[in-house]
Amino acid sequence: MKSLVTILLLFTLAFSVSASEEVELQEANIDLSDSESLQRGAQHFVTYCLGCHSAKHMRYLRFALDVGVDPKKVLNDIAPEGASIYDQIHSAMNKHDAEKWFGVQPPDLSLIARSRGADWLYSYLKSYYIDPSRPFGVNNLVFQDTAMPNPLWKLQGEQHAEARKTIYGEYTKLELDEPGSLSEREFDLFVNDLVNFLVYVGEPVQLERESLGKYVLLFLIIFLVIAYMLKKEYWKDVD
Amino acid sequence: MKPSRLTECGNWVLNRFPVTKFWNDHMAQYYAPKNFNIWYFFGSLALLVLVNQILTGILLTMNYKPDAKLAFDSVEYIMRDVPWGWLVRYMHSTGASAFFIVIYLHMFRALLYGSFKHPRELIWIFGMLLFVALMAEAFMGYLLPWGQMSFWGAQVIISLFSAIPVIGDDLSLWIRGDYVIADATLNRFFAFHVIAVPLVLVMLVFMHLVALHEVGSNNPDGIEIKASKDPWGHPIDGIPFHPYYTVKDLVGVGVFLLFFATVIFYMPEMGGYFLEHANFIPADPMKTPEHIAPVWYFTPFYSILRAIPDKFAGVIGMGGSIVVLFLMPWLDRCKVKSIRYRGGIFKKALFLFVVSFLALGYLGTQPVTPIATTMARLFTTIYFGFFLLMPIYTRWEKTKPVPRRLTKVKSLEDQLHEIEEQIPAFIEEITEVKPNLTEIGHPAFKGAFFNRRPNPQGIAHVLSRVATKLKRSLD
Repeated sequence: MKSLVTILLLFTLAFSVSASEEVELQEANIDLSDSESLQRGAQHFVTYCLGCHSAKHMRYLRFALDVGVDPKKVLNDIAPEGASIYDQIHSAMNKHDAEKWFGVQPPDLSLIARSRGADWLYSYLKSYYIDPSRPFGVNNLVFQDTAMPNPLWKLQGEQHAEARKTIYGEYTKLELDEPGSLSEREFDLFVNDLVNFLVYVGEPVQLERESLGKYVLLFLIIFLVIAYMLKKEYWKDVD
Repeated sequence: MKPSRLTECGNWVLNRFPVTKFWNDHMAQYYAPKNFNIWYFFGSLALLVLVNQILTGILLTMNYKPDAKLAFDSVEYIMRDVPWGWLVRYMHSTGASAFFIVIYLHMFRALLYGSFKHPRELIWIFGMLLFVALMAEAFMGYLLPWGQMSFWGAQVIISLFSAIPVIGDDLSLWIRGDYVIADATLNRFFAFHVIAVPLVLVMLVFMHLVALHEVGSNNPDGIEIKASKDPWGHPIDGIPFHPYYTVKDLVGVGVFLLFFATVIFYMPEMGGYFLEHANFIPADPMKTPEHIAPVWYFTPFYSILRAIPDKFAGVIGMGGSIVVLFLMPWLDRCKVKSIRYRGGIFKKALFLFVVSFLALGYLGTQPVTPIATTMARLFTTIYFGFFLLMPIYTRWEKTKPVPRRLTKVKSLEDQLHEIEEQIPAFIEEITEVKPNLTEIGHPAFKGAFFNRRPNPQGIAHVLSRVATKLKRSLD
């Protein structure tokens, strides 16, 4: 019996160790209470992503209310020209053109942070490198053979992939060839703001949800205490 | 005294409709054993979750659109634009997982205390039918958000029917209403999920309870309390369900809701187990996800399916893993009900069964690798071994004598108090005084915790004592 349990445990351990090996993701610093960062992220999104991608489940007005900025300011600084504050964040790109140009329709990004995760997005946007064999001349370390060209190359500069060997095995490292208009730190912050915005767009209610949760749990604790006292009172005479 | 108008109205109804009788039969004069422990909360909790699912489900249907073109977006509309829609949706999605947690624990309770045995076979059968209906309900509900996992999960499961010889292909086509999962499938699954299966569930719950209240509840001692009655014909060891167990279950409800609310407000995706990440991508029939995994509550059975090399045999195996559960009352030949008085072999078998069930569940969430398949086969064998060898090993069980009346249980306070008393002795045993620090240390710290260090010998003693105790309980 004892040895059997040990064997079972060993097997399970051996299995869980030999899990998948993937590119190690870099950690994004997500802070949804940082209104400035969210506004910058929204600006970056409209400037660099909206050309191809939409965020059709998100409205400009909702963003203004949640982040706490004047809707007029959102309309002037963030939304593209001609957009109404009640509009959803739609892309200007035509569906048929998109398929002709990229082979696939660029996905809507409303929920991308929920399906991929913040760290994945952060690492993905930073992991483009030169690869002449690809249609757009770039490839991505996190998402091999991605159909998306690198929209941020002017900011980041151009990277190339370099295979490194260590005693632990081989891995690929990205080296900056030509610096872009932003320094490395500035670019990290830029991408982080963008990812922060995408995480917010993934579930706009999450800040409200967490602040509301406190009161619900507090109420339930009080309910539990009263219910327990009631039970004690009724069960006094049961032995 | 002349009865008031209101009383007269009330009596007019009561004379024509037996509310009082119903209340007395099932609540105020239904006698339940007084020694229910923590395992007995999950029945009432299952009812609570059922009500939660029905109420939130009704609210969801008011804004959900069962249309392949609109379904995914309508769910996001509920999450963002419908006032409180996110809360209702999370209550429903978390409720689905909570339902299975509660039901698995409820079923495990039956295994622990032999609640499926004579005279409660029919309660068990109704319960198993409920479990099957619940699985159908959850499976069809999972298609409705129309995400990638909804689509491909349903595609995989329905294609299983095509493994049946001769009629298989036509059968799966008939179920889908199309050659792939499509709008027709979504519409019929919506109909089943929203009205057909819930009706069956409610009806079965009613039958489950009627059958239970006819023979009476089992208890942790596995004794029939109706065997010893007082002069008025009430079981001596029984107490009326209301108010005793209604107030007690209220405490269970409070604890459950604390967990439930924590998940809803702080981790509604539960790390991708309650809401899978891939399900935030709209269903795309042209793009198969790399790794298709059913929601966690189906994974033990999914593992069994994958463990068996032949597809049809796998389907039989998966179906069989649920069918054997129906046979429990006749597979178990032991006369003693409660695990408290049963032999060590059953305890060991039950332990192995639980381990293999959990392991199969874990393996079902993971991608297939050769070692994972080998493990799944091993655990599948143990799973079936538990049931199919049961008629043999339970026959020779060395049981302990069963008492005639319920044994006394220590109250929670007493247990806590006892533990509290044992703590100093326990610390004394697992630590020893640091040899050179006693003199230097500040007098205030003398003999305090800071002057002690872990004592390997003492810890070894404690561990071996726990192990011996565990072993004795298993023999």
